Amino acid sequence: MGLELYLDLLSQPCRAVYIFAKKNNIPFEFKHVELFKGQHYREEFGKVNILKKVPALKDGVFTLAESTAILLYLSRKYNTPDHWYPSDTQKRARVDEYLSWHHTNIRGKAGKTLWIKVLIPLFTGQTLPPEKLQEVMDELAISLKQFEEKFLQDKPFIVGSEISLADLMAIVELMQPIGVGCDIFEDRPKLSEWRNQVEEAVGKELFQEAHELILNIKELGNIQIDPQLKEHLAPLLRKMMK
Amino acid sequence: MVVELFLDLLSQPCRALFIFAKKNNIPFEFKHVELLKGHHLREEFGKVNVLKKVPALKDGAFTLAESIAILLYLSRKFNTPDHWYPSDLQKRALVDEYLSWQHTTIREKGCKIFITKVLVPLVVGQPFSPEKLEEAVEELNSALKQFEEKFLQNKPFIVGNEISLADLVAIVELMQPVGCGCDIFENRPKLVEWRSRVEEAVGKELFQQAHEIILNVKNPSTTQLSPELREHLKQLLKP
Repeated sequence: MGLELYLDLLSQPCRAVYIFAKKNNIPFEFKHVELFKGQHYREEFGKVNILKKVPALKDGVFTLAESTAILLYLSRKYNTPDHWYPSDTQKRARVDEYLSWHHTNIRGKAGKTLWIKVLIPLFTGQTLPPEKLQEVMDELAISLKQFEEKFLQDKPFIVGSEISLADLMAIVELMQPIGVGCDIFEDRPKLSEWRNQVEEAVGKELFQEAHELILNIKELGNIQIDPQLKEHLAPLLRKMMK
Repeated sequence: MVVELFLDLLSQPCRALFIFAKKNNIPFEFKHVELLKGHHLREEFGKVNVLKKVPALKDGAFTLAESIAILLYLSRKFNTPDHWYPSDLQKRALVDEYLSWQHTTIREKGCKIFITKVLVPLVVGQPFSPEKLEEAVEELNSALKQFEEKFLQNKPFIVGNEISLADLVAIVELMQPVGCGCDIFENRPKLVEWRSRVEEAVGKELFQQAHEIILNVKNPSTTQLSPELREHLKQLLKP
């Protein structure tokens, strides 16, 4: 039995795992877990990841959650090119440093734009006042400033001259606001240049393929939402709308 | 030149680093960055970590932020015993899995309790909000349930039979609510047992030493915050 990756490309970390596996020709079975259909709450999937989240990995009897852990596991098992997670101690530390900071700074903040602009209206039928989006954009702007000042600086990539897991995790997150029409690259030439470089390093075709769903999210206006999913999300939605 | 670790033991990730370095006899210079005195906002410290946070490391010209990155760096540079970050692929993945998950769960919710009960009152000069504390405690409870169900289960440690970075990072976070009088170990026998094992693996004396400050965190009204720090915190703690 081969490697199984449980993914929905709507999810940023799923895109990172997808791109990484494809780019490195890692053979895997794409197990589609459709978030809008609430498939992540099914008992079957719960056996793969009790946390009921994507991405998740199944390798024989071994199951694994958390995109960072999955990316590192794949890089080691399949001996991917050094630049993804450099063996040089200090370069590796820089990747670790970004991957750690990412969780509470870029991740979550970038994704909130999708919630405010698409998901909350979709689930509740209510649109939020523009101030709510502005709040999210302001918070994201702070993180982007730190991203440019500390992590990117004047380098082509976060760690030196080649793409690493750090760039991959960052870029997929920053594409989320793009999908809902918040162009965070506009007026940020350095960030824009970095994005182009990352796209090129990944391969434009693969990058587009991974992002097709999120870049066309607005067309999902008429999608059927699983009622159980709505129920599960109710407390989270209430909190986000406060 | 010896490694410099910029720490304040009030901070959970600083404690993890302190314990790890001491336990493994890693020679380092303890550079005290007193958070309540706003030392982390000073220009001097900004040169070590532009994010103005602790912990931070300086190893010659190389500076590093983020406790997890620092722990991994030290484990590699000083070739610490395998159990901290096992070379076995799957065991290592399980450590990575916990270290990733904990940021927005155990760490975030544990911090929230400390912020609600100790920090906000310190900044605004009013007693803490019981509703907000209850909310924070409930959120941590959810995280603790997942911690016990997925990460600990019936094992002695998060990854197998020996302590790893996962347990270390977890325990220091869970001591923060304890320090503010929220005994999250009460009525959680499995967690209590795990805590005892971790304390023993670390060494009780070292564990106590690392936690002395948080376990004796002074009554907020007796601590003077500088005006700059107060302003900075007001911005940071905006609801």
